[in-house]
Amino acid sequence: MAQRSNAATTEGAATRFGLSAAAFVYLAAVLLLPLAAVFHEATRKGLGAFFEAIGDADTMAAVRLTVTVALIAVPLNLVFGLAAAWAVTKHEFPGKSLLITLIDLPFSVSPVISGLVYVLLFGAQGLLGPWLAAHGVKILFAVPGIVLATIFVTLPFIARELIPLMRAQGTAEEEAALSLGASGWQTFRHVTLPNVRWGLLYGVLLCNARAMGEFGAVSVVSGHIRGLTNTMPLHVEILYNEYNFAAAFAVASLLALLALVTLAVKSLLEWHHGDELAGARH
Amino acid sequence: MLMAIGGRRHPRVIPGFGVTIGFTLAYLGLIVLVPLGALVAKAAELGPGGIWAVATDARVFAALRLSFGASLAAAAINAVFGLLLAWVLVRYRFPGRRLVDALIDLPFALPTAVAGITLATLYAGNGWVGGLFAGDGWLGALFGPDGLKIAYTPLGVVVALVFVGLPFVVRTVQPVLADFDAESEEAAASLGASRFATFRRVVLPAILPALTTGFAMALARAVGEYGSVIFIAGNIPMVSEIAPLLIVTRLEEYNYAGASAVATVMLAVAFVLLFAINLLQRLDRAQAS
Repeated sequence: MAQRSNAATTEGAATRFGLSAAAFVYLAAVLLLPLAAVFHEATRKGLGAFFEAIGDADTMAAVRLTVTVALIAVPLNLVFGLAAAWAVTKHEFPGKSLLITLIDLPFSVSPVISGLVYVLLFGAQGLLGPWLAAHGVKILFAVPGIVLATIFVTLPFIARELIPLMRAQGTAEEEAALSLGASGWQTFRHVTLPNVRWGLLYGVLLCNARAMGEFGAVSVVSGHIRGLTNTMPLHVEILYNEYNFAAAFAVASLLALLALVTLAVKSLLEWHHGDELAGARH
Repeated sequence: MLMAIGGRRHPRVIPGFGVTIGFTLAYLGLIVLVPLGALVAKAAELGPGGIWAVATDARVFAALRLSFGASLAAAAINAVFGLLLAWVLVRYRFPGRRLVDALIDLPFALPTAVAGITLATLYAGNGWVGGLFAGDGWLGALFGPDGLKIAYTPLGVVVALVFVGLPFVVRTVQPVLADFDAESEEAAASLGASRFATFRRVVLPAILPALTTGFAMALARAVGEYGSVIFIAGNIPMVSEIAPLLIVTRLEEYNYAGASAVATVMLAVAFVLLFAINLLQRLDRAQAS
């Protein structure tokens, strides 16, 4: 990006100052104030209350469930992202653009609807509900339902990161490796994967942040059983609705910290490997 | 088209198509398409007349109106300030610019429930911002003796949706603005156009597709938003109850058909928006090349 100092294509000093000031005040009010408020409310009653809220057995159970769900959902969506990107970018077939649109579909569905569809499928009055009940399989209001809803809402993240990246890289390197006698798997493992590693990490990062923070979809399928089917965001809601604000914000501050770490790593990736993500960013 | 012809001329040399497309379709089908099909099947039980009856029920209609009205207002605010933020970030140099740029994505990274309880606390009558607008606050006095109530009113819904939708317009406009050729601006200026006229006649038309795309994305996100809104909305039926919350309420009443009908109406609108966004991006790309 060229430095623009040409008088004809920049504003006067007063306009520049005014626009910048307006932008900073807006950002401070809309983004920084809530961020500051989370940590302020979390430590309001002192650090003792903060650590007591975090060390609480129900909170620890919520943290464990959130991590477990992310550990299942993210790797599955990673395999899906790689498979979808390989099929879409290294091959030609009819209906490709429809498939890409369908992969993006979960992003345009309300989180509540993402949960609702599983209630309609697995609920007591649902299509498969009676069969599941007869066989003693519990999906809804149990961990499998939470995992499914999380997979649904985070499904596009890794695929939509990899598809533009692998499309921009083309197939020449893979073709070269294959013509030199590499097997398909070797080509993928030693040629394609190293080429997309930063984009892959970028997608995993965003996928994980959403998986750990998802509220609407998980709320619908969870049943809110304390210590059993409560993820961290759901635990925040329960504590808040019980007017236990200090504890609610203590757990919320952990999630805010996760968001800040995600943003930091994401920015580092963009600064150091921006060229390898460039295809994905625009 | 050309790609398809090219693909046919050279037989497929890269292996693994069968495995990867098979896995992709099976996974997508089981996780997304079959469950969404269950929703459509449930809604179909009601028939078009039944869905129409649900959508025009007074409480449902009020919720849909609030969801779309507040989302439009929030997306419009985000279009204006998103353009301002993108402009300042691309055109001006100031210390900490990269930090500010990184912070823009905070609403994407912050879990919605965290945003929800924080905004509700900030904008309540005794909160940092809500207090300013209360009857005895120094901004509230402008709105009469009772001040301006933000949390637990439709205004609170707009506040939450403005937060959630902030990154969209910034992130769609930013790259277009960065790639924008300064020569046409120089030409306009040398022909005597004022800075503002140059912006309005030269720059704005070039970034309009990106701006509109960002607006539509912010709108689509806002319409379905749940976690950040329900804490600040107050959720009073007919007044500050959003459509996604109504789906949850119907589910808690075991009224699956009612929940599906509201969801179907929302999905239909979401698809129209998705289609519009795709169309805009295609126009954008056609213009770029």
